[in-house]
Amino acid sequence: MADEPIIEVKDLVAGYEDTVILQDINFEVRRGEVFAVLGGSGSGKTTLLKNMIGLQKPLRGVILIDGTDVVAAEGEERLRVLKKIGVAYQSGALFGSMSVLTNVALPLEEFTDLPRRAIDMIAQMKLKAVGLQGAAYKMPSELSGGMRKRAAIARALAMDPKILFLDEPSAGLDPITSAQLDELILQLSRDLQITFVIVTHELPSILTVADRVIMVDKDARTVIATGTPQELRDQSANPVVRRFFNRQLGRDVRIDNG
Amino acid sequence: MEDTDKAAFDFRPGDHGQARLILKGRLDRDTTASIWRDSTQVVRQARIPRLVVQAGEVVYCDGAGVALLAEYKHIQREHGGQIEIQGLRPQFEQLMAVLEIDHLVAPPKPAGTITSFIRHAGFVLNLGQWTAGFVRSMGTETSFTGEVFAKLLKALTHPRGLRWKETLIIAEKAGANAVAITGLLGFLIGTILAFQTVAAMRQFGAEVFVADLVVIVLFRELGPLITAVLLTSRTGSAFAAELGTMKVNEEIDALTTMGLDPVQFLVLPRIIAVIGVIPLLTMFNMLMGLVGCGLVMVSWDIPGAIFMDRIRYAATLTDLFGGLAKTFVFGTLVAGIGCLRGLQTGVGPTAVGDSTTRAVVSGLIAIIVADGVFAVVYYFLGI
Repeated sequence: MADEPIIEVKDLVAGYEDTVILQDINFEVRRGEVFAVLGGSGSGKTTLLKNMIGLQKPLRGVILIDGTDVVAAEGEERLRVLKKIGVAYQSGALFGSMSVLTNVALPLEEFTDLPRRAIDMIAQMKLKAVGLQGAAYKMPSELSGGMRKRAAIARALAMDPKILFLDEPSAGLDPITSAQLDELILQLSRDLQITFVIVTHELPSILTVADRVIMVDKDARTVIATGTPQELRDQSANPVVRRFFNRQLGRDVRIDNG
Repeated sequence: MEDTDKAAFDFRPGDHGQARLILKGRLDRDTTASIWRDSTQVVRQARIPRLVVQAGEVVYCDGAGVALLAEYKHIQREHGGQIEIQGLRPQFEQLMAVLEIDHLVAPPKPAGTITSFIRHAGFVLNLGQWTAGFVRSMGTETSFTGEVFAKLLKALTHPRGLRWKETLIIAEKAGANAVAITGLLGFLIGTILAFQTVAAMRQFGAEVFVADLVVIVLFRELGPLITAVLLTSRTGSAFAAELGTMKVNEEIDALTTMGLDPVQFLVLPRIIAVIGVIPLLTMFNMLMGLVGCGLVMVSWDIPGAIFMDRIRYAATLTDLFGGLAKTFVFGTLVAGIGCLRGLQTGVGPTAVGDSTTRAVVSGLIAIIVADGVFAVVYYFLGI
């Protein structure tokens, strides 16, 4: 059960019209794991994310989510796939004119027949899970950066997704807030058995939360390394991977080594 | 055999103040909706001292299912009853432990005892709030007007301090790019005015005087007014949106911290540009209005020469310049209000839209009021 793939990406070529950004992409995300896509700025990791969540059509290739081809799915079938996934965007993308609670309740209002009280209750439960129940009636503009990210995760959780995609969850957060977010991801993964796909360039949080990592590179335009974050850090022979890890973790590595 | 794709419940009252609620099937966001109302109503009405929820046959449970179980608990707690949930599978129990909440956070009340007292007299409250808001906004507008005029005078006496290149670009957008629409409006207004009046005037054999009527109306009132209304909706709204977006993006703050004055840097070029182009646009509007009028007259068999003669006889330079003088005031109002509303933009995604709306509404009101004042002043001056 645990090793069964929930996302399969096969021979993916992604980009815009005649510009190929990524090619030869093949990987699987296993059910229940925390999977990270790592890469520097401009490496195409956000393009990969957009392809996986159906915001952008790949130039070639197949992406299966829970057995359904996201690329080919249309209408009802596409909606069914979309209900299985939740996405928390880098900026939070909360609707600024609605309270935090209404943001979380919106998909439930639109897609279910649950009565008002049930919707409020579920929305507040999801907010409690990210530690924001007290902020239910605040407006997004009243929240701090970290709270906005957590509210975005609560909204992504509203429909009980099987897979949660997070785009740069710790970007722009201080180390302490970032660590709290890592803790939240681990807790949700453990308690709700949600599969996480995290797109990021922040190494410290990847080393804490990710079970497996792939790294994409701007020059190679493809996946240059796969494995656990520790394997990539300690064993990779690829100079780009080594540079990426050493540069970002320079201080941490020295502390680790005593 | 029960259908495991659906949710079902069975309420069985028993002895000694105890009852059983048997839940079966899937409790997900779709199926839970079907039993939420009925099952909670049954539990609420029964007021059972001890409720046993048997959840052994629940095959799936997500956030919605947990919410339903939590709702039973809330109902029981409300009337002091007990509840026990039996047989829930471990993974669902764990989900419940993560998600369950003790209470719903209530929406904040717009409280304050005085406010809640007055809420019953909502009209009084609204009137008071509106008046206070109006007085406050009049204050802001007065101080903004003063600031703009002081800086405008300074800019005109020290023209080097102004960003002329920017001013010319704005003038091109607000003026040159608006020539076609202004001309079209003028032409149509001239045509319509002439057409509507010529038939009535003919009954008295006075159709040649249509030219007098149209030229006076266009020069003194409609030309300046229509051009100003067009500029409000086209340029005033654009100013509010531009400055509002800059405010939201903290660009105005960036200017201020760089030591640059937003009024000097952003507002003055816009006001000067609009004041520069509005008389030209108005004249173009008037000219096209006369062309439209002339065409209608010619089509009613009145020779063009007579039409030209009537215009020359009826309209004086005072009419023309009286009308054009207004446009300077209209232009200042349109640009000033557009910029002010932009700078007043609040936060949130609707803020820019709100500012734009307010810029157009208050711009239109200001123009009409100013036009009324002009009418009275011109009357007493004998213009």
